[in-house]
Amino acid sequence: MPDLHVNIGALRLKNPVLTASGTFGYGTEFAPFLDLEALGGFIVKGTTLHPREGNDYPRMAETPSGMLNCVGLQNKGVEHFCSEIYPTLSNLDTAVIVNVSGSTVEDYAACAARIAELEHVPAIELNISCPNVQAGGMAFGVTARGAASVVAAVRKVYPKTLIVKLSPNVTDITEIARAAEAEGADSLSLINTLLGMAIDIESRKPVLSIATGGLSGPAVRPVALRMVWQTAKAVKVPIIGLGGICSAEDAIAFIMAGATAIQIGTANFIDPRTAAHVVQGINEWMQSHGVNSLDEIRGCI
Amino acid sequence: MSKTVAQLLVRERTMLTPHHALITLFSDTMPVCSAGQFLNVLVPDSPRTFLRRPISIHDYAPDGTLRLLVHDVGDGTHRLCRLQPDDTLDCLLPLGRPFSMPATPGDVLLVGGGVGVAPLLFLGKELARSGCAVTFILGGKTEADILRREAFEQVGRVGLTTEDGSAGTRGFVTHHPAMCQPYDRIYTCGPKPMMQAVAKVAHQTGTPCEASLENMMACGLGACLCCVEKTTSGNRCACTDGPVFDTKELLW
Ligand SMILES: Cc1cc2nc3c(=O)[nH]c(=O)nc-3n(C[C@H](O)[C@H](O)[C@H](O)COP(=O)(O)OP(=O)(O)OC[C@H]3O[C@@H](n4cnc5c(N)ncnc54)[C@H](O)[C@@H]3O)c2cc1C
Ligand SMILES: Cc1cc2nc3c(=O)[nH]c(=O)nc-3n(C[C@H](O)[C@H](O)[C@H](O)COP(=O)(O)O)c2cc1C
Ligand code: FES
Repeated sequence: MPDLHVNIGALRLKNPVLTASGTFGYGTEFAPFLDLEALGGFIVKGTTLHPREGNDYPRMAETPSGMLNCVGLQNKGVEHFCSEIYPTLSNLDTAVIVNVSGSTVEDYAACAARIAELEHVPAIELNISCPNVQAGGMAFGVTARGAASVVAAVRKVYPKTLIVKLSPNVTDITEIARAAEAEGADSLSLINTLLGMAIDIESRKPVLSIATGGLSGPAVRPVALRMVWQTAKAVKVPIIGLGGICSAEDAIAFIMAGATAIQIGTANFIDPRTAAHVVQGINEWMQSHGVNSLDEIRGCI
Repeated sequence: MSKTVAQLLVRERTMLTPHHALITLFSDTMPVCSAGQFLNVLVPDSPRTFLRRPISIHDYAPDGTLRLLVHDVGDGTHRLCRLQPDDTLDCLLPLGRPFSMPATPGDVLLVGGGVGVAPLLFLGKELARSGCAVTFILGGKTEADILRREAFEQVGRVGLTTEDGSAGTRGFVTHHPAMCQPYDRIYTCGPKPMMQAVAKVAHQTGTPCEASLENMMACGLGACLCCVEKTTSGNRCACTDGPVFDTKELLW
């Protein structure tokens, strides 16, 4: 049996396969289809300090080999997560990671501080693609300064493993990556969705309620792979790669590009067993190629 | 019944009209399903169909057969309408909250329009089996749009409406005389304006009413939050809290 375990900062994962925030609910939705404990871990829905209703329907548009969404971080707030959801997840033998979102630096920090109290949540993933209401709605993660401000504030209050999730909607992702690393991020995950749009030519209106949305799925995979490769060369902290991964082969390509771990997102919608299949597929690939540890192939490109 | 990914065998596919197929699926391990639930179908060999397609359970028998009624409206449903016997279909099922059954048998009205009649056959059979007196009103633009009339007639009384008067009462489903009779419960599925009109009649007469929605879905599992409907208790997922909703909860 090859050794699939990987380390993300102080966090040890039994294998490199995680599931992406917003595509895996709270994990329990997928329990009928796969053994959650067979995964390296899963990242739950975007959680904010206060409850959010999200954007109006329609929130989704199918695109060639992908989809656009503008869910808008619908969630019942961090207190609801702590009191209602966390107790159902705290006995699982896998890493349960919370994706933290916000619209002000203070909200991010308060939400992260609350999650820090949860014994069985070993890490948070900071979603810095959210609009900053104090900066005219521009996403925190599109400038090095914006990214640094939120990472610094959260780092002060969050002692466990801090993963910062980068937005691909930038000119040079390595600049943002270095800013997040400099402020104390333990790991970087990328990519979040690419900003896109769809138009219904019959109604002459955008398909999505807020006109634009985030593109995900295999359509974004080459872009994600390129950004992971560039970022892995630019920083020292471990990279978690995602964007369109559907198979073990896709996952291995991200690891060769320099990723320590990977996440499965939109592919969960096509087959809810995908993440478990990817764990098994990586295992089989390593055996058939005589690879004993992922260190042998990581960043070989 | 726990949700599962199943490979269902296509037994038969017949075209009811050039744009509507009746598909019979079989599995010797068919999950137990309830009326109002749906499948999320992976469309084979259709590169432009990326996500699964939600399709209602039209008919269901404990011997392992399940039927779908599919309207060809785009690439995905077009491909489904061309399935051949012995093809297999990768399906997630059973999904969604079913219609609720009355506590005691009574008079029930089932109103469907277009392909929205699909879940009402399975529902009508279940209601009839529980001792209810079942009345259907089936609506369409013309007579050719009335689907599966004979199958419905085997389950209950059937009233028809067509917009051009080519069959039954001319007009919309709410113009049918059977709409004015008293019922213990009303169920509806079809185009939104039709369901809203039916719900309005139900509210005026104080009759409990359930509607099955067809919001766009991605996961079908309550994970992505793409399919939400605004309700009296906030945004709720059509795929898990629905597709069947009590119309009093909907902000129509
Ligand atoms: C719970 C549920 C049950 C359903 N049951 C049935 C059924 O029993 N039989 C059946 O034929 N259809 C049913 N539908 C609708 C069916 O899912 C859509 O028609 C299908 O997804 C369209 O896919 P397509 O690739 O053919 O068309 P696309 O190319 O995706 O779209 C073609 C056109 O159909 C419209 N459309 C796409 N998705 C939907 C949708 N979910 N609802 C309404 N219009 C849509 C689009 O706006 C577009 O104009 C159901 C939908 C839901 C949510
Ligand atoms: C419906 C949906 C909801 C999402 N919600 C979140 C979220 O709440 N927080 C976040 O950081 N990313 C969110 N994402 C982005 C994904 O986690 C992931 O970064 C992106 O989809 C790219 O990966 P994929 O192509 O494998 O899906 C969401 C994506 C989708 C499709
Ligand atoms: S379709 Fe994903 S939550 Fe309903």
